[in-house]
Amino acid sequence: MSEARRLSSGEAEGGPSAPRLSPLAWVRDRLGWDDIAHLAAKKEVPIHRHTVFYYLGGMALFLFLVQVATGILLLLYYRPSATEAFESVQYIMAEVPFGWLIRSIHAWGANLFVGVVLLHLASVFFLKAYRAPREMTWISGAILLFLTFGFGFSGYLLPWNTLSYFATKVGTDVPAQIPGIGPLLSRILRGGSDVTGATLSRFYGIHVAILPAITTLFLGLHLILVQKKGMSVPPSVERERSPRTMRFVPDFLLRDMVGWLTAVGLLAALSAFFPYELGRKADPFASAPAGIRPEWYFLSMFQALKYLPAEIAGVPGETLGVLFFGALAVVLVGVPLLDRGSSAGRPSPWWNRLAAVALLGALLLALLALLPAPGEATS
Amino acid sequence: MHITAAEPDQSRRRWISYLLGTSLGATILSFLYPVLRFVVPPLASEPSLSEIELDVKASDIAHNSGRIVPFAGKPVLLLRTATGELKALAATCTHLACTVQYRAERADVWCACHNGIYDTNGTNISGPPPRPLAKLDVNVRGEKIVLRRS
Repeated sequence: MSEARRLSSGEAEGGPSAPRLSPLAWVRDRLGWDDIAHLAAKKEVPIHRHTVFYYLGGMALFLFLVQVATGILLLLYYRPSATEAFESVQYIMAEVPFGWLIRSIHAWGANLFVGVVLLHLASVFFLKAYRAPREMTWISGAILLFLTFGFGFSGYLLPWNTLSYFATKVGTDVPAQIPGIGPLLSRILRGGSDVTGATLSRFYGIHVAILPAITTLFLGLHLILVQKKGMSVPPSVERERSPRTMRFVPDFLLRDMVGWLTAVGLLAALSAFFPYELGRKADPFASAPAGIRPEWYFLSMFQALKYLPAEIAGVPGETLGVLFFGALAVVLVGVPLLDRGSSAGRPSPWWNRLAAVALLGALLLALLALLPAPGEATS
Repeated sequence: MHITAAEPDQSRRRWISYLLGTSLGATILSFLYPVLRFVVPPLASEPSLSEIELDVKASDIAHNSGRIVPFAGKPVLLLRTATGELKALAATCTHLACTVQYRAERADVWCACHNGIYDTNGTNISGPPPRPLAKLDVNVRGEKIVLRRS
């Protein structure tokens, strides 16, 4: 082959005689864009009666990115100190152009995000997507769920209003019930023995730096695993036939985007018609107001702790409750390792029944928590 | 033959791509607008004072001395010359916005950042400052000092 033909076919690599690429082609070449495009073109999504549940993961990812974007914007005006936090959020809501929109999307988006993450978890559980070889995908997902709760809990305090102040007082007292390391853990969380401005600084750091860093790691792992292992086909579908597939790019991605656009529309509508309230500035020397409750996703735990007697067989009831929730969390992470039947291709009806009972129980407790307590004024 | 058959198909495809692209672009623009507006801070809602009464007593300011006092959120240099005259100058250097100070040993106004020098009337006499400092009116009512934009 002559030198001229080799050059014109674009096969020559490096060296002074390499052909001049157009700027766009140069960027694509150096980024290895074609490899990425090849991978994306290969990705396929199975089509069957449960395909709709595949959208939940992408929806959770999208809502997470909305939280990141709006969160970064709020950082431009938010001030993390007991004297200024409430006022700075008030300033965002009242003075900054579109500040009400950005903060309301962040607050509503957080609720929607937790809801979608829980639906994602439930669908992956009941469709047995955690069975071999996707155990690590589930485990990383379960850890991401705990990180999500961490985001919700730490972010709730940042506006420094009465509700968030007392919710944090209670919430940081819960780990204090763990035998042995509990009191130390509570002190570390609070940055002292009480919820003060020091707690606010700490929660701010946790919310905007520590949790995002850890989440990036686990989210990266989670997404890489999803790409490597492909989409799981539920056993009930797998037994019938091997399902048809659609291409991820562009067929599934465009459908994804319709969902994302709908989510943005919903968030914008919620923010416009129900701007997220700010409440009153926290006063550490005021009594807790009646009707105080945590965010909805902590309601079942909150209610369960209310029902526990002061002492069960000599052990403080709260301690037992916290240990019980800790055990539940461990079981949740370990589901793919504990449910051997699913991985071996057998149905696991007992796991389904257990999960259904747990879900109904949590739902019932949450509903009970929403009812006014005896003697509490309904308002 | 097959080329002519494919042509209407191609143009329809191009039309749909155009519609998709422009709606996507418009959607992104509608997201960017509130974000850009959010990033630009609101104008400071400070009261547009034209006159304030200082907490400083006129007799407390020694001859050949100066001090910085706040006026509508900005620093003002209040000085008394060796001859006893009270003067007030905007204390923001006209060069790169450092805050100036009164130098008693030379009886001038000096900016420490880049060695800009003004006289006690605010006229730039040496160094990089391009313009004189703005003068404010100083009035003494009884013991109170009143500053006013001139």
